[in-house]
Amino acid sequence: MAGVWIIAEHRDGNFRKVTFEAASAAKTVAGELGAEVTAVVLAKGLKDKCAELGKYGVSKVLYAENDVFDYYTTDAYAEAVAALAKEQGPAAIIFGASTQGKDLAGRLAAKLDVGVAVDCTGLSVADGRLKAIRPMYAGKVYADVLLKADPQIVTLRPNVFDVKEVGGEAAVEEVSPAVSEPRVKLEEVIKEAEGKVELTEATIIVSGGRGMKEAENFKIIEELAAKLGAAVGASRSAVDAGWRPHTDQVGQTGKVVTPNCYIACGISGAIQHLAGMGSSKVIVAINKDPDAPIHSKADFSVVADLFDIVPKLTEECKKAD
Amino acid sequence: MNLVVCIKQVPDTETQIKVGADGKSISIDDIKWVMNPYDEFGVEEALKIKEAKGGEVVVVGAGPKRVTEALRTALAMGADKAILIEDDNLYGADPLFVGKLLAKAIEPLNADLVFFGQRAVDDDCGLASSAVAEALNMPQLAVVIKQEIDGDTIKVSRPIEGQTNVLSAKLPVCLTAQKGLNEPRYASLPGIMKAKKKPLEVKTLADFGLEREDKIEITALNPPPQRAPGKVIQGETPEELAANLAKALREEAKVI
Repeated sequence: MAGVWIIAEHRDGNFRKVTFEAASAAKTVAGELGAEVTAVVLAKGLKDKCAELGKYGVSKVLYAENDVFDYYTTDAYAEAVAALAKEQGPAAIIFGASTQGKDLAGRLAAKLDVGVAVDCTGLSVADGRLKAIRPMYAGKVYADVLLKADPQIVTLRPNVFDVKEVGGEAAVEEVSPAVSEPRVKLEEVIKEAEGKVELTEATIIVSGGRGMKEAENFKIIEELAAKLGAAVGASRSAVDAGWRPHTDQVGQTGKVVTPNCYIACGISGAIQHLAGMGSSKVIVAINKDPDAPIHSKADFSVVADLFDIVPKLTEECKKAD
Repeated sequence: MNLVVCIKQVPDTETQIKVGADGKSISIDDIKWVMNPYDEFGVEEALKIKEAKGGEVVVVGAGPKRVTEALRTALAMGADKAILIEDDNLYGADPLFVGKLLAKAIEPLNADLVFFGQRAVDDDCGLASSAVAEALNMPQLAVVIKQEIDGDTIKVSRPIEGQTNVLSAKLPVCLTAQKGLNEPRYASLPGIMKAKKKPLEVKTLADFGLEREDKIEITALNPPPQRAPGKVIQGETPEELAANLAKALREEAKVI
């Protein structure tokens, strides 16, 4: 049986969590397909860390050491994975729908002339093929997707698939796929403030909307977020008002997020916003307007002024320490 | 500069999406169709480059006749020419096939830059740009919030998790636009009048020797999973409300 592959994602010498999520999801479907999970690691100086992928269900690692793999480039990664896939013929290639994964998916699929199911929230096996579930229209509908050509390429939405430790060590085999000089160069990396949590990978998000009234008031959102180790999000109106950067926007024309807990403060719940956060596991709405649509989506509603509630909620969370 | 912007026509984001009678595509009755919002950033950036460096902006779309409206919107914003690959059976096609098709139309244009929106807000894939870049052998610079061209080199800012990468490449490239790149202009009334007279070339799949070929198949569309009914947190004072909410999140939902 052809194998199930994952593509490892790493930064600053460590594998990223989406890699373990992909390994765990791959292990589940590989079990049903009677296949094993192989991880492709393209990197520089990461060989020693590869065996630990076994902990998440990876049987074998194909490790390629090359200076050009030190940081991700579309060219080098797509070329190398495509070459390895053509040589070894995996049944499926699974990786995280991070910014890197989203970038790689299309180029890799185009090189291999196969299909891809992007940003999936469900993955199973039916009649020996993968069946992926993916939100469309930012989550207004969910599609069941079949991939008609091998390898079946699937990217998984971060923070949806559980990381499962199954123990074991992976065998590491060195490979050296030929790659051309990447045409895109990394000139500079501008790091965000220390401790800032990325929205698409956050387990908790505290988000503010029009009800925040002005940019300075986001301080109370930030304080609650800091206490909870959460990311700060915003509705489109808060972004368009210039209170928050574009990168904070949650919704159909912003980021689609799936945290364990989404706390919406002063957000009315426009259809585009509800689409972007509607698949959060637990939704909390804090809005003084009892008719705000956000309350109808919420697992827990607080019908009160956010300026009264949010700072007190922060206090409550501190008390628990 | 030969500037090309690929445009998709999508349902307005206000649209309530309903599953169609076949159970695997959306019901397209009563939909207001608009230019994909992210594509507007692509059009705007192409126009800005044209204004600064000269050249021509060609917009390309594929789909049924109604896609003409989205292309006319781009022409009204200031694009020079449009190409429509007209086909009634393209909405919902495999985006990688659509990319192959677009590449055929773009190839003769000798593009220095091909713009896309970073994703279309209907299928949320963001794949067609990769197929175009691959077919035209261009580097892809995806999800870009800033660009600067110096000679034959382009430098872009691409936000990724926790950081922004500044990348450079030699033209030609395929670039996908993210919100923040610019503020798209509105079409002016004279612009709308002028757009009616601008050239709009209509092509078909047959002109490129292609037939629709999907490598993915949507077997069912379903409404989002139903959520259990919510609970209104009770309390007389803000303190009580906050305490009861914290308790619910901690003990009931176990998320904090």
